[in-house]
Amino acid sequence: MKKSRRSFLKVASIAAIGLGAAPAMNFAASNSHGAAKAVKDKNEEALTAHRWGMVIDTNKLTDEIAEAMTEACHSAHNVPDFNHEVDEEKYPNTRPVNMKQEIKWIWPEKFHYAFPYKEDEFLAEKFHHLPIPVLCNHCKEAPCTQACPTQATFKRKDGIVLMDYHRCIGCRFCMAACPFGARSFNYRDPRPFIAETDPDFPTRSKGVVEKCNLCAERLAKGERPHCEEASEGAIVVGDLEDPESDIRHLLAEHYTIRRKQSYGTEPSVYYIV
Amino acid sequence: MSKNMIISGLVIFVIAVLSPFWAQAVFGDKHVVPKPELVGKAATAKKCVLDKYDMRANHMSLLDEWRDSVVRDADRRYDAVNGHSFGMSLSTGEDSCLGCHEDKAKFCDSCHVYTSVNPYCWECHTNPKEIE
Repeated sequence: MKKSRRSFLKVASIAAIGLGAAPAMNFAASNSHGAAKAVKDKNEEALTAHRWGMVIDTNKLTDEIAEAMTEACHSAHNVPDFNHEVDEEKYPNTRPVNMKQEIKWIWPEKFHYAFPYKEDEFLAEKFHHLPIPVLCNHCKEAPCTQACPTQATFKRKDGIVLMDYHRCIGCRFCMAACPFGARSFNYRDPRPFIAETDPDFPTRSKGVVEKCNLCAERLAKGERPHCEEASEGAIVVGDLEDPESDIRHLLAEHYTIRRKQSYGTEPSVYYIV
Repeated sequence: MSKNMIISGLVIFVIAVLSPFWAQAVFGDKHVVPKPELVGKAATAKKCVLDKYDMRANHMSLLDEWRDSVVRDADRRYDAVNGHSFGMSLSTGEDSCLGCHEDKAKFCDSCHVYTSVNPYCWECHTNPKEIE
């Protein structure tokens, strides 16, 4: 069969239109219908804020309350306690602990360690014994998030500085960047040192950094942070950017200090003294 | 070299090369591919987040997406296309993965062991059943 150039071009161009038609039709069809999409949303009861913050009233603190706060936080978040006796059957050959590697989210600290620039020559007597609870300050300008090379630690829209343990590579730049020593590194598997694992929160694995998460998992369920509940009124957590919030009223009525304010990290934890 | 020698050599070679296939057929377990077993609530629920085949192929991507949503955006509720609502969590809550698929060994591990993948989920996440 003999084909002229003209008839070949005719057939070829019709074929080209045919090939192009199917994708174009599909595209038009998908646009007009719009496939149903799954929706991700907050729980209805979730507590939200523009910037979460905390006020700690040092007048209401006692050793018992400070201990109770640490205990409530650490047991709920499966923070290992290196004083816990290891179950030899379950975890054989566990090497001895080094207390320098202990892990802390919130703990009582001496006033002159918590506020090294406020150590006056004639400091009021009570501050020499006061257990000041210290924790992650959830700074407005958090230096740890700027140091993190993988964005494993980051600032959430509501002001909480969070850790994504999945992403943490254990470089510890954040620990070097944090002026408050609020971060701890898991030098070892924490599980042997958890007396009772709370099923509502994961443990961590060896090689990640951890710290206070302002109970983000509880706020999401409409519950208050553990330390606030255990504090007998000494801790109030609320929205720093809402002028009508409890926490802003407290700040308006009392003189408050923050840790290492001169560093410019703008901590979100205030102390009434 | 004779033609017969070459032919028989080739036959032996082909048999040797195909040994994994026929060895499996002759000596191997006939029904070795595990089926994830639905027990407890999952057996009666009938509806997962995505349909069965999509779940089988893409659950890891879904979990990855959920993780980012929960950690980064604080969005913890997932209203699926099929009309069901789930808590985006591996193991906490009644509407989490393990809340419905109650037996981790029969659900997660059976396939993961067979395909020899070792996801490190359980280095941190806990199976509520194992704690008790």
